[in-house]
Amino acid sequence: MKLLRFFTAGNVDDGKSTLIGRLLYDSKSISTDIIETLTKQSKSTGVDTDIDLALLTDGLRAEREQGITIDVAYKYFTTDKRKFIIADTPGHAQYTRNMFTGASNTDLAIILIDARNGITEQTKRHSIITGTLAIPHILICVNKMDLVDFDENVFENIKAEYLKFAEPLGLKKVSFIPVSALAGDNVVNKSEKLEWYKGTTLFDFLENVEIEHEETTKKSRFQVQYVIRPQTDELHDYRGYAGSVLSGSFEKGDKIFIYPLDSQTTIEKIEKNGIEVTEAHAGEPIIIHLSDDLDVSRGSTMVQINDSIQNDNNLEATICWMDNKSFQEGQKLIFQQNSFTSKAVIKEVIGKINIHSYLNEESDGHIQLNELCKVHIKTAENVSYDSYKTNRKTGAFILINENTNNTVAAGVII
Amino acid sequence: MDYLDQLEAEAIYILREVAGQFDRPALLFSGGKDSICLVHLALKAFRPGKFPFPLVHVDTGHNFQEVLDYRDQLASEIGEQLIVRKVEDTITIRNLQDGKGKFPSRNGLQTYTLLDVISEFEFDACIGGARRDEEKARAKERIFSVRDEFGQWDPKKQRPEIWDIYNGKVDKGENVRVFPISNWTELDVWNYIKRENIVLPSIYFTHKRDCIVTENGQLMNINEFVQLEESDTIVNRNVRYRTVGDMTCTAAVESEAYTVDDIISEIKDTKISERGATRMDDRVSEAAMEDRKKGGYF
Repeated sequence: MKLLRFFTAGNVDDGKSTLIGRLLYDSKSISTDIIETLTKQSKSTGVDTDIDLALLTDGLRAEREQGITIDVAYKYFTTDKRKFIIADTPGHAQYTRNMFTGASNTDLAIILIDARNGITEQTKRHSIITGTLAIPHILICVNKMDLVDFDENVFENIKAEYLKFAEPLGLKKVSFIPVSALAGDNVVNKSEKLEWYKGTTLFDFLENVEIEHEETTKKSRFQVQYVIRPQTDELHDYRGYAGSVLSGSFEKGDKIFIYPLDSQTTIEKIEKNGIEVTEAHAGEPIIIHLSDDLDVSRGSTMVQINDSIQNDNNLEATICWMDNKSFQEGQKLIFQQNSFTSKAVIKEVIGKINIHSYLNEESDGHIQLNELCKVHIKTAENVSYDSYKTNRKTGAFILINENTNNTVAAGVII
Repeated sequence: MDYLDQLEAEAIYILREVAGQFDRPALLFSGGKDSICLVHLALKAFRPGKFPFPLVHVDTGHNFQEVLDYRDQLASEIGEQLIVRKVEDTITIRNLQDGKGKFPSRNGLQTYTLLDVISEFEFDACIGGARRDEEKARAKERIFSVRDEFGQWDPKKQRPEIWDIYNGKVDKGENVRVFPISNWTELDVWNYIKRENIVLPSIYFTHKRDCIVTENGQLMNINEFVQLEESDTIVNRNVRYRTVGDMTCTAAVESEAYTVDDIISEIKDTKISERGATRMDDRVSEAAMEDRKKGGYF
């Protein structure tokens, strides 16, 4: 059985939490004791339906009190075909960093649009982030169709407007479904009121959308997380490099290049789950043994000799600023790419991305919370990387404030 | 990759990040199925090396004997260090009030012991088996969840956690709670136990037990801590435990599940959630778990 990770985004009150609630409820993934609790709570929130499905995902006291989603909620359900992990992300602009968190490692983005309001600033913001994160699929759910009399024209107009807006974003695959989350039309069950719509329901879409495992076909990349050295009598010389294959595959006997050592060697042995194997593929946690005794440590990158990788300390990247305090020139940062870390500074803010027009604007050198900027980063140590567009695993990084330890930005290398 | 392979790979990756990032990590071991899976995953992550952390058990004194026996046997079989700290001792040293009432709970008290053992060994990371599908406050928590020097979780100040890049940087005195199986559901855990042939304490499987029926219809084991009342009727039923917590706050469920396969089909059919069926501690209020976590609970 395959796993599909997706996230939901949209404006506040576009009904994201309700949609997820509906999906879980109609696919019978909610337990009766939880429905009982919800029914009790729903009476106190004054929502017109029997049960306020949004309460399922709003897990924090502050969220229930304010009736909004502040942080990502993860929900799980399984059908006969697939296991799903849902990240329900907040709609408010001020919680964009939490939306980034939920979206970052998913296969599919579901963006809700209120049929009455059409495309809003948040639709654009979420689509731009989806494009920046290179999420393989994007699905636009035009919600609250019941409030526009299930009018086909409303749906078609939103679709046309969205496609026009999205053209420069480089989104990979875009699909559209008209729904009413509150009443359940086209969520799990096909709606009679939307007979003009010939496509699938949301549920069918989720069960059948193709899951891409693009990492498997890419160049070979492995990064060391931890060095295993038992130092016991019988395993005196054992020295294994534990980590996950980030992309591509490795075989016993492969000639490889190691950064930042700039050394060449051969894979002597690969272990997986304590068993020796001849090859390992993207996503698999393994232990690699080398034929030479080299000073390899956490954060070192290994690639097959023919699968060249960029290796320098000058990066151009798009970052999303996530700290409440805005960026200060000369601020001391730590650059982290998987298990590799290095001191770093932002040398230059090249430009800002306008969230409405997706145009690059000139920068005044400042970066505020939730802004997307193109920057020039200099790191103390050389980084081994690919552009994010060619490899999501080696092209992504975070920036940490050395002083507060907070994650202040997420970035993708251009 | 199959979904169980993906969940396993994610957990092993997280365990190795803990080993690489922290000076003094610990694995919080309760003897329940989730922490047993963590130990199994740690074997895959670090063998033939030793674990880069000890197992730490906060013993409430209300544990099932089968679970304590299992704990000791597992630790000696795998040859890893086991640190046990008792809530009983914390009560004496700190002069605390023990739980009262018919089902005296040490749920609040175990947080003291946990925070004490963290400062005793200066642990900077504590790995736990909590899962996001258990409870809706847990559904909001990061995989690397930073706690302040009082062990408190602040849900409004969670660090962004992007891709698989985990920021475990903390100042001295603070620590990170790490949840490698955050994305596993109860059913995933059982499917994994089946696939990997993991041995569990016997109380997870059906057995005959004397119980009393509570007002909510839950079946509570009779033991030295529960205050029996005259109106209580004692029933003998075929039961098993879906979660393993204290004898005073974990209810048994009626079951005819003798094997892991039986349990898997039972869970697929059941209409009641895991904590809803078995935990008295979550029933106190809507935000019971959120409040306990803010206070330092794991």
